[in-house]
Amino acid sequence: MPDTQALVMTFLTSLKNATARQTAELLRSVISQQRVPYTNQAGALIDAVKAVGEQLIAANPVELAVGNIVRRVLHIIREEDLSLTTAAIGELNLSAVSDDENDDDRDGNTTLSAAAVAAAARSTLRPPSLQTLLEDTPVSAAVPQTSSSGGDSEGKTADKSSRSRKLKHDVIEAVNELIQDIVTCHEQIAEQAVEHIHQNEVILTLGSSRTVSEFLFAAKEKKRSFRVFVAEGAPRYQGHLLAKELVARGLQTTLITDSAVFAMISRVNMVIVGAHAVMANGGVIAPVGMNLVALAAQKHAVPFVVLAGSHKLCPLYPHNPEVLLNELRSPSELLDFGEFSDCMDFGSGSGSPLLHVVNPAFDYVPPKLVSLFITDAGGHNPSYMYRLIADYYSADDLVVQRRAIAGN
Amino acid sequence: MDSRRSSRAVIDPKVRQVGFFTSAPLPPDRTQSDPPDPIRSPPLADASSPGNSLSPVMIPPPRHPSDSLLRLPHSPSDAFPPPSPTTTTTSLGDFSDDVTAASSPPPAAARVRGRGSSVKQQGAASSFPGGGFEVPPSVKAPSSVPASGLTTVSVVKLPPGISVEVQSDRALNSKPLKEKTSKAERRAIQEAQRAAKAAAKAEGIKTPAVTALANAKSAKSTKPSPQRNDSAVVVAASEKKGGDRSVEKDRKKDVPHPRMQYDDKSRVQKLKKRSVVKPTEARNRVELFRHLPQYEHGTQLPVLQSKFFQLDTLHPAVYKVGLQYLSGDICGGNARCIAMLQAFQEAIRDYSTPPAKTLSRDLTAKISSYVSFLIDCRPLSVSMGNAIRFLKSQIAKIPISLSESEAKATLHSDIERFINEKIILADRVIVKHAVTKIRDGDVLLTYGSSSAVEMILQHAHELGKQFRVVIVDSRPKHEGKLLLRRLVRKGLSCTYTHINAISYIMHEVTRVFLGASSVLSNGTVYSRVGTACVAMVAYGFHIPVLVCCEAYKFHERVQLDSICSNELGDPDSISKVPGREDINHLDGWDKSENLQLLNLIYDATPSDYVSLIITDYGMIPPTSVPVIVREYGRGQLWI
Repeated sequence: MPDTQALVMTFLTSLKNATARQTAELLRSVISQQRVPYTNQAGALIDAVKAVGEQLIAANPVELAVGNIVRRVLHIIREEDLSLTTAAIGELNLSAVSDDENDDDRDGNTTLSAAAVAAAARSTLRPPSLQTLLEDTPVSAAVPQTSSSGGDSEGKTADKSSRSRKLKHDVIEAVNELIQDIVTCHEQIAEQAVEHIHQNEVILTLGSSRTVSEFLFAAKEKKRSFRVFVAEGAPRYQGHLLAKELVARGLQTTLITDSAVFAMISRVNMVIVGAHAVMANGGVIAPVGMNLVALAAQKHAVPFVVLAGSHKLCPLYPHNPEVLLNELRSPSELLDFGEFSDCMDFGSGSGSPLLHVVNPAFDYVPPKLVSLFITDAGGHNPSYMYRLIADYYSADDLVVQRRAIAGN
Repeated sequence: MDSRRSSRAVIDPKVRQVGFFTSAPLPPDRTQSDPPDPIRSPPLADASSPGNSLSPVMIPPPRHPSDSLLRLPHSPSDAFPPPSPTTTTTSLGDFSDDVTAASSPPPAAARVRGRGSSVKQQGAASSFPGGGFEVPPSVKAPSSVPASGLTTVSVVKLPPGISVEVQSDRALNSKPLKEKTSKAERRAIQEAQRAAKAAAKAEGIKTPAVTALANAKSAKSTKPSPQRNDSAVVVAASEKKGGDRSVEKDRKKDVPHPRMQYDDKSRVQKLKKRSVVKPTEARNRVELFRHLPQYEHGTQLPVLQSKFFQLDTLHPAVYKVGLQYLSGDICGGNARCIAMLQAFQEAIRDYSTPPAKTLSRDLTAKISSYVSFLIDCRPLSVSMGNAIRFLKSQIAKIPISLSESEAKATLHSDIERFINEKIILADRVIVKHAVTKIRDGDVLLTYGSSSAVEMILQHAHELGKQFRVVIVDSRPKHEGKLLLRRLVRKGLSCTYTHINAISYIMHEVTRVFLGASSVLSNGTVYSRVGTACVAMVAYGFHIPVLVCCEAYKFHERVQLDSICSNELGDPDSISKVPGREDINHLDGWDKSENLQLLNLIYDATPSDYVSLIITDYGMIPPTSVPVIVREYGRGQLWI
C-alpha cells in the first residue's frame, strides 16, 4: 500500500499535464500491488481503485479524462469478474449434468437455476438479444440468485486461489488493452481521415491537438491536398505549434488570429477540432474559444467535427459547465502584473478592486453546435454519445466519490 | 361555440376582408389619415430641448446647411482663438500615455489627441452644460472649441455670395422635409425645387458652366486613378446635381465604383509607376486575398523618410500625416479623418493657384495626389473617403468669381465645420442617446477601443450611473488595454478578458456597445476584426448589441463578407507575441513557403446581429441605414 500511495502522490503533483494513459498505468500498478483476499476479490479491487480514483478526481475535477479512466478500470474489473463467474457456473452446470443423473428433482432444479444465471449473465454482458428478451425468466429475479448460487457452489480453496489469480491477471490484461487503446486512438481516428477530407478542402482548426494534427497528416499522406486555417488560440497560442508542425509536413497553412475566425469561416469547408472531454449529452468541453468557432460554423453551415478518443467520453451530464467545469488561469497571460499598478488605487480601501482579469481555460460547446464526433470507434452523432458511453462504463461507477465515502 | 354562433345569427353576417383593404372608419383622404407625427415634425431644437427627454427612435429634421454654416463662422474670432501654448501642453500631457510608440509625438498628433481629449473632458466633466448643445449655436461654439487648444484658424470672413446661395438652398431644402405632406404635394414641391435650382443656375450662368467644366476636368484628372479614390469620381458625379439632369440619372451615376483589385496585374503596374512609397510585395501572400494589397511592412517608412526632400509636390503636413498612418501613431476612424482634414487645411492655406490655372481644378488635382499618397501609406477608411468626397465637392462648388484668399478661407471654414459637426458634435449626440440605454446595475461589454463608446462610458460614469464594464481585447493590437487604462484611471470598474473567453463572460453581460469603422447600406457593420464574433455571441445569448457610429461613416456600398474588401495588417505581428518569450514556435518558420500569416484588420458584422445603431440622427435599426444614406448622405447635409 505505501508504494501505491507514493505513486499516487507523485502523480498528483504532476497532474497538470496528466494524460489518460498515465492514469491507466497508475491504476494498473495499484491493482497489481493490491493484495486480494480470498472472498470477494473483485470488491476489494474495486474498493482499492475507487479510493485512489477519488483522490485523483478530487485533485483536479476539471481533468475529466482521469475520472473517465478510473471508471473504465472499474468497469473492466466488474466485467472480468462477471465473465469469470459465468464461466465457473457454466463448468458447474456441465459437471452437474454429467454427475447427477439419479436424483431427478435436484437435477432439474440446479439446471434451471444455472440456466437462469447464464441468461442473466448474458444479458448484462452483451446487448440484449431477442432471445433473452423473450425468455420468460425475469432478469431482475435472476440476478440475486447469481451471487448466492455462485458463492454456494464454490467451496474448494484451490479453485478459489486460482480464480483470484486469474481475476487479477485478467484485469491487468484488460487494463493493458485499455492503455494500448489510448496509445493507438490517434491512429485509429486518423485512419478515418480520408473519408472526411477531400481534395482542395479548406479546413479550420483552433489551437493544437495531437489528434487533429495526426488526422490532418493522415489525409496528407493519402495524397490529399488541402489548406488549413489555424486560429492561434490565445492566450496559449498552441496554434503556432500546430502551424509549425503542419508546415513541416508540407501542408498549406494559414495562421490567423482568433478574432478573424468569423471573417474567414465563410470560406471554410469544415472545422476540425480536438476536445478536452465529451460529455454524455454530446456537449464538448474544449479549449477556450471553441464556442466562438462553433457558433460561427453554425452560422455559415460549416460542419463542426470534433475528434475525440474514447477515453475522453465522460459519462457525466454537464450542469453549468462554463463555470463548474472550467478553470481560471493566471491573469498574467493577458496582462503583466506590473502593467496596471500605476493606475490602481491601492490606498483607498473601497473594497473590491476596480480591475478584474478573466482568463478561463475551457469552453463548453453545446451538442446542437456539433455536427459529428469522430472517435476511435467511428463517427457518431452527438445524440448517440449516451449510448456509446453505456458501452464503456457501468452505471454503478458514475459517481465515484460518494460510493467511496459510503464504503469508508 | 354555440353562443358565438347564436350571436352571429342575431347580428349581421360578418364580412371578412382578406388582403389589402382600407378599413372603413378611416377617411379616404390620405393626408388626414396620416396625422402629423408629433415626434418628427418639430425642429431639432424643440425636440431635444434641455428639459425634454429623448424619444427612443427619432429622425430629426435635417440640420440645414445654412444653419450649420452660419452657426460656426458667425463669430469666428472667438470661436477659434489662436492656440495658447499652455493649452497645447496640457493636452499633450493628458494624453502622453496614449502615444505608444513615439516618445515625443509630432505636433499634429498632439493636436488630434488634444482635440479628442477636449471632447472627452467636456463630455465627461460638464455633462453637456445646459442639457446639451441644443443651446444657441453662438453660445455653444465657443464653449466647445477653445478648450481643445485647437489649431490656428485665421479669421474667416463669410463671403456674401456664399451666404445668399446657402439661404436659398435652405429655403428649398427645408420645405419638403419640414411638413408632412401628401405624395402629390411633395412631388409638386420637388418640381418647384428643381425649377428653382435651374433658375438659380441660370442666374449665375457663368459660374455653372465653369464649374461643370471644372468637374469634367477633375473627373478626367482623377481618371488615371479611379480605382483608388472612387470617392473622387463619385464626387465629380454628385457635384453636378444642380444641373439639368434628372435626379434618377444622377442616382445611377452615384453607384460607387468598383474598388481597386490588386490581382489585376496591369492596373497594379500602372499604380506602381505613380506611387511614391514603392512598397515591396509580401512574399507569402495569402491566396484568398490576392485582390488586396499585401506588402512587406516596415520597409516603407525609411524609404519615405529618405525621400522627404525629393517630394516637392507634397505638402509637409500631408507628408507628416502619411508617416503617422504608416507607423500606426494615428489610428481609429475619427482620429485619422481629423488628422487628414487638418493636414488638408494647412495644405490649402499654403496653396497658391499657379498662373493660368483655376483654383478649383488645380486644387482638386492637388488633393487627389495627396489622397493617393495617403492611400499608399495606408488604405483609406470609409470615414476618410467621405470626408474627401465632401472636400472635393466643396472645392468644386467654389464660384469662380471668388478671389483666391476668399476661396481658401471658405474651404478652411468648411473643413472646420465638417470636423465640428460631423465628428465632434455627432459624438456628443451619440453619447446623449446612448446614455439613456444604460441603467444602474448594467454590465456593459465593449470590444477593442472605440472613441465613441469610451465617451459614452465616461459620460455615464459622470452621471453617476452604477455599472460595470467588460473590455474584450484581441491580438495583435491590444487596443483594449489602452481603453482599460483610461477607464480605470477614471474610476470605472472594469473586467478585462480576451476574445476567446467571450462565451464565458457573456453570461453576465446585459448590453454590448460596439464601435464601427463604417456602416454599409445593407446594415452590415464594418469594424475592427473580432467585432462580428462579439456580436454573434451576444446575439446567441440574446443580449442587445448597440453599435455607435457617426453618420458620416455611413456608406452606400454593400458587403456580405469580410473577404471581398478588407485591409491586411503586418503579418509579422501574428507570429510574434510580445511579452511572451516562450511563444517562439514560428521563429524562422515565417519564411517558409507553405506558411502564410494573415492579419485581417476589419470584418463585416451581419445586420441580424445588430439590435440598434446609434448615430447622430438618432437610434435606428440597421435596416434604416440606407434611408439615412439616401436622405442625408447625398449632398443635402454634407454640402
